[in-house]
Amino acid sequence: MAKSPEQEHPVKAFGWAARDSSGHLSPFKFSRRATGEKDVTFKVLYCGICHSDLHSIKNEWGGAMYPLVPGHEIVGVVTEVGPKVTKFKVGDKVGVGCLVGSCHSCESCANDLENYCPKTIFTYNSKCHDGTMTYGGYSDIMVADEHFVVAIPDSLPLDGVAPLLCAGITVYSPLKHYGLDKPGLHLGVVGLGGLGHMAVKFAKAMGLKVTIISTSPSKKQEAVERLGADSFLVSHDQEQMQSAMGTMDGIIDTVSAVHPLLPLLALVKNDGKLVMVGAPDKPLELPAFPLLMGRKVVGGSLIGGLKETQEMINFASKHNITSDIEVVQMDYVNTAMERLAKADVRYRFVIDIGNSLKSAA
Amino acid sequence: MAKAPCQEHPQKVLGWAAVDKSGTLSPFHFSRRENGDDDVTVKIQYCGVCHSDLHLAKNDWGFTNYPVVPGHEIVGAVTKVGSNVNKFKVGDRVGVGVIVDSCRSCECCQQDLENYCPQVIFTYNSHSKDGSKTYGGYSDFIVVDQRFVLRFPEGLPSDAGAPLLCAGITVYSPMKYYGMTEPGKHLGVAGLGGLGHIAVKLGKAFGLKVTVISSSPRKEAEAIQRLGADSFLVTSDLVKMKAAFGTMDYIIDTVSAVHPLAPLISLLKLNGKLVTVGLPDKPLELPIFPLVLGRKLVGGSDVGGMKETQEMLDFCAMHNIAADIELIRMEEINTAMERLAKSDVKYRFVIDVGNSLPSRY
Repeated sequence: MAKSPEQEHPVKAFGWAARDSSGHLSPFKFSRRATGEKDVTFKVLYCGICHSDLHSIKNEWGGAMYPLVPGHEIVGVVTEVGPKVTKFKVGDKVGVGCLVGSCHSCESCANDLENYCPKTIFTYNSKCHDGTMTYGGYSDIMVADEHFVVAIPDSLPLDGVAPLLCAGITVYSPLKHYGLDKPGLHLGVVGLGGLGHMAVKFAKAMGLKVTIISTSPSKKQEAVERLGADSFLVSHDQEQMQSAMGTMDGIIDTVSAVHPLLPLLALVKNDGKLVMVGAPDKPLELPAFPLLMGRKVVGGSLIGGLKETQEMINFASKHNITSDIEVVQMDYVNTAMERLAKADVRYRFVIDIGNSLKSAA
Repeated sequence: MAKAPCQEHPQKVLGWAAVDKSGTLSPFHFSRRENGDDDVTVKIQYCGVCHSDLHLAKNDWGFTNYPVVPGHEIVGAVTKVGSNVNKFKVGDRVGVGVIVDSCRSCECCQQDLENYCPQVIFTYNSHSKDGSKTYGGYSDFIVVDQRFVLRFPEGLPSDAGAPLLCAGITVYSPMKYYGMTEPGKHLGVAGLGGLGHIAVKLGKAFGLKVTVISSSPRKEAEAIQRLGADSFLVTSDLVKMKAAFGTMDYIIDTVSAVHPLAPLISLLKLNGKLVTVGLPDKPLELPIFPLVLGRKLVGGSDVGGMKETQEMLDFCAMHNIAADIELIRMEEINTAMERLAKSDVKYRFVIDVGNSLPSRY
């Protein structure tokens, strides 16, 4: 008979889980493995709420295995390390993002692209090598192989750095891969949410000119005055969009709802790149003429490998970049999810796990 | 009052034109300019029948300006050169492709990318700088600025070489630009027609492994035995298609009808590139998840600039690459168009203009 989540592993753990596709989260007792020889165990202090958490708990992408403990923007302080761990010691500030395992032998893994390994093990809603479920960061402790743990420099506040572990790397990786990281280039960012606002910050730090393309005129002032965007286009304003045609070297599109690509293709210059990091669940219309007539490209990108994630954290530390967050208590999480569904957050909720996740008696 | 086509210019020309969206071609008297100081006059010997000729004759794309004289794969002999012409002399064997002029001053033109110039003038169905229409190679001679005339290298046959001027450059340019030239890599060629069969030949010349992806099983034997493709996938054979998922570094998609992109994207490896060079008249459906999960991209490309077209001709001459053609007489063009619409040609019709169209020369 299969063991219950509480009995699967030797170390007691406590978190909040969704039990079904209503997505309602509630207290959940489970367990984690003992610290293995290459493992790092840490007390979770903060966990970002990623839109993927919402998609997952509601089973919007299919494949949800309940009970599901989300959370893959996890930061905390090391409490134990295995004997073969070389990079971390007790007391270090660390983070875990979207991945906790990969095959280590395929071409992707060999190229520090664990995120593209066909056998990736995700931080939650995945199966470990031993067949047990992975549970995410809406919980009191995490145990992960040191390969999948990143060091958080002291200079960065833990709460503000948590969202970098998914939102940050999700935009940083394509900026580098698609060559949209050079001073003087003009980058468009579609959607000003968790991902979008990180793209603005990274791109400005890399010396790019940044234009935000958004459906919400109300976001303009803050985008320009606080985030440092150079300009702001309201996507349904034909005149504004037309005046910006053919001006951008690339666009990072963070929108996961279905939306038209044609106006975005028109904004990029010849040889320009439209990079999708949001993933609409239905195909989008791709008009051939604009793609061909300007030798343009539509590409995708998915988070980043561990080496690049560490590089991104170090870059953020150097340039003082953290996420703009709203810190919430654990028991606010269902309300936070409702607000997230309406994009009512500037720009990432972060759960104060350390101070508000109380173990049930 | 607008002048009639045969009166617009001083030199009388005989060609064949389509006058309405039936696309039926028939003899048509028009005129061309005198040979100017920078011009070259070419007595046309051969003209390839490109699928674009069919699309435009029938107004498939909605912007045909009747009467239209198609033809942009033109090979012939120089009969006159202007006083400023230094690249050509009377008697030279030359080609004229898809473009006969551009603005000459924009960034594209300065980078030898006249094909992407916003003011590019196409060989037919365009307007010259003086406002008059351009007429293509289904005619007895053409007058073109020397910048847009190509030297036909020794060893490249005039008839079988003619299709290189559009079909050839259309696949050569993206193969270079998107890096599809690394020996040992795996190229997929979707569609085995005028463009596709040349892509196979070029792919083999670049040292690639080449797989043809086609909806026509009957094309397999020839693809492998005559064209040199390494393997052949029938798109409706789901088992074989699935077995080939994740095996291709890049795909050139030459299919001009609306078709699903999802299976092609699945054939690509991580970081794979799908480059589309066909021009369907409706948008294609682009699934985003596979692009994101495999960091794949879909790009476009449209013919090539003059410098690159010359480079392509020289490359083909050196590697003995020409099109596989069926030579027809001018008066057989309508039957050829009907057969082209059914892909019933191996793999390009070429009109023997010199021997079948009465000429003032």
